[in-house]
Amino acid sequence: MKLRHGTFSYLPDLTDEEIAAQIRYALQRGWPVSVEHTDDPHPRNIYWEMWGLPMFDLAEPDGVLAQINECRATFPNHYVRVLAYDASLGRQTTAMQFLVQRPADEPGFLLTRIEGVDRTQQYAVTSYATSRPAGSRYVSG
Amino acid sequence: MTIIEDGAKTKERWDPGVQSYAGMGYWNPDYIPKDTDVLAVFRVAPQDGVEPIEAAAAVAGESSTATWTVVWTDRLTANSHYQAKAYRVEEVPGRPGEYFAYVAYDIDLFEEGSIANLTSSIIGNVFGFKPLKALRLEDLRIPVAYAKTFQGPAHGIVMERELLNKYGRPLLGATIKPKLGLSARNYGRVVYEACRGGLDFTKDDENINSQPFMRWRDRFLYCMEGVNKAMAETGEIKGHYLNITAGTMEEMYRRAEFAKELGSVVVMIDLTIGYTAIQSMAHWARENSMLLHLHRAGHSTYTRQKSHGVSFRVIAKWCRLMGVDHIHAGTVVGKLEGDPATTRGYYDTLRENHVPANPQNGIFFDQDWISMPGVMPVASGGIHAGQMHQLLDLFQDDVILQFGGGTIGHPYGIAAGAEANRVALEAMVKARNEGRDLLREGPDVLRNAAKICAPLEAALSTWGNVTFDYTSTDAPDVVPTAMPSA
Repeated sequence: MKLRHGTFSYLPDLTDEEIAAQIRYALQRGWPVSVEHTDDPHPRNIYWEMWGLPMFDLAEPDGVLAQINECRATFPNHYVRVLAYDASLGRQTTAMQFLVQRPADEPGFLLTRIEGVDRTQQYAVTSYATSRPAGSRYVSG
Repeated sequence: MTIIEDGAKTKERWDPGVQSYAGMGYWNPDYIPKDTDVLAVFRVAPQDGVEPIEAAAAVAGESSTATWTVVWTDRLTANSHYQAKAYRVEEVPGRPGEYFAYVAYDIDLFEEGSIANLTSSIIGNVFGFKPLKALRLEDLRIPVAYAKTFQGPAHGIVMERELLNKYGRPLLGATIKPKLGLSARNYGRVVYEACRGGLDFTKDDENINSQPFMRWRDRFLYCMEGVNKAMAETGEIKGHYLNITAGTMEEMYRRAEFAKELGSVVVMIDLTIGYTAIQSMAHWARENSMLLHLHRAGHSTYTRQKSHGVSFRVIAKWCRLMGVDHIHAGTVVGKLEGDPATTRGYYDTLRENHVPANPQNGIFFDQDWISMPGVMPVASGGIHAGQMHQLLDLFQDDVILQFGGGTIGHPYGIAAGAEANRVALEAMVKARNEGRDLLREGPDVLRNAAKICAPLEAALSTWGNVTFDYTSTDAPDVVPTAMPSA
C-alpha cells in the first residue's frame, strides 16, 4: 500500500526541488520548519521522532534540505516528514505537513474486529510493520 | 437615552392610549451605543404612509419592551434602560422604500448563553408587525461580554485539524447519494469507496434520519465498517457525519452515544432541530470529543430573499456562539445561492478572530470573537474537480469541499471520483504554494495533474464545463457584483 499521510500524499513523491519550493512558501510566511521521522505510521501516531528542533528564522530552504538529507541517510527505511508551524494567535498549530521519504516497501495496516453485542464491532488498525520491534522495522526494504 | 422626566413631555409620554413609538423613546438619534450593547441593523420596508423613523422606532419597540399602547406598569421599571433604541436610519442605495435601521439593545435584555432568548427578542413578534411590509435582520454585533457567555465551537478549526492530523489543505467530503432509499449495506459501500478513494469525510444528507428503508442503527453500523476499512487501507483518519437528528432530544442523545461507542469522530445535526437543541448537542460534543457538523436545512426559507427574513451572516454568528464545528456556508460556484462578496462575509464571520465592518461583503459591524475558536465552513452543492482552482482561491485552506455528485457520479466509480478530487486538490495547493496564479493557471494545473491521474482526466471531461451562472438574489447593496464563471 501507499501511506496517505500529509498534504501531498496523492501526488507523485516530491522531488527535492519541489520540497524546497514548499519550504520556501512556509519560510515566507514566517513559519519555522522541522523534520520528523518514524517507523510507526499508524494514523493516530501523532508524535514522530523529532530530527532536532524546529528551525526558526531561516530565510532559505537549503538548511532544511540539508537536515532532511541527514535524516534520510540515518534512517533510510523510515518515513520522513517536513512540518511547518504557525505560531500566530488563533492558530498556534501545524500549518503544513508532508512526506519527503517513504520506506521502499510499505506493508500497510491490518484491520482487526472484535465482535461485540448487538452486531457492534470494535475496530483496531495495526501497522504490519510494527509487529517487529522499533529499530528493526522496514529493514529488508 | 433618557426620557425627559419633566413638564409637558412626561405627561404626553405617559398619557393612556396609542402613541408613536418614536415619541415613546424608541428613537434616539443622539444615542451612543455602549460596548456592551447588542447592535442590530434591520432592512425595513415601511407600509405606505409610515415614516422611516417611526418604522425604525417600532422595530426597536416591538423587539424590546413595547406593546401597542402605553402601559403604566412601564413606570415601575427603569424603563429607558430596557427600551431598545433605534439610533440611525438610512436609505438603502438603489432600493426605494427600504431603509437600514440601526438598533441598540442593552445586554440586560438577554439571558446569558441562550440563543433562543436572544432570538425571541430580536426576531420575535416584530417580523409580523403590520406597519411594516417587510423586515430583514441584516447583521448583529454581539458584544464581547455576551459572546463570553457562550461555549462556542465544541472543538473549532485548530482542534479539528489536530484531531484528524491533517494540515495545510482544505478537507474533502461527499454527501451520500441518492439521498433516500439506499439500504444500510449499500449506503455503507458508498462510504467505504469514497473514503478509501481519498476523501476525508462522507456525510449523511439532512433528511437521512431513520426511515423504513434504512434505520439509524443499521446505518451507523455499516457506515463505521466503511470508515474503518478505509482507514486501514489508506493510513489516514476518516469520518462519516452520522446524522443524529431525531424527534426528541432523548433520541438524539441515544444516537449520539451509539456513534461514540462505535468510534466515530463526528456526528451531525440539522438546523431544523432548533437553537436550544443545537446548543445542547454542542455541549455534548465537547464533553465527548466528538466533532459536530451542522447542515443548515431550511435556512433558505428565511435567508435568501433580500426583503424579508434573517441574513445568513447572522445565522452564521449564532451558530458560532451555539458551538458547532462545521456549517454549510456556500460555494459561490456551485448550484446553491451565493454571491461571492456576501459568501466571503459569511466565511470571515465563521473563521476570523476579528471581523472588521466591511460593507462590500455585507458586514455592517466590527465583530470581535475574543479567541472563540472558528467554525469550519463547508462548501457543498454542485461543485466538481474542474472548479478546484476557483474554490481554493475563494476559500483558502480552512474549508471542507464536498463533492457529492462530483464523487459518486464519476464514470469510473466512487473511489475514482474521490481520487480525482483529492489529486486535483493536492495539485492545486502545491501549485499555489509554489507561487502560481490559481485563477489564470489553474486550468493548466488541473490538465497537467490529469496526465498522471486517469480518474481526474475523466472527471474533467465529464464536468469540466458545468457551471451554475445565475444572478444572486442576495448581494450587498453597496457595490455591483458578478458571478465568476469557469
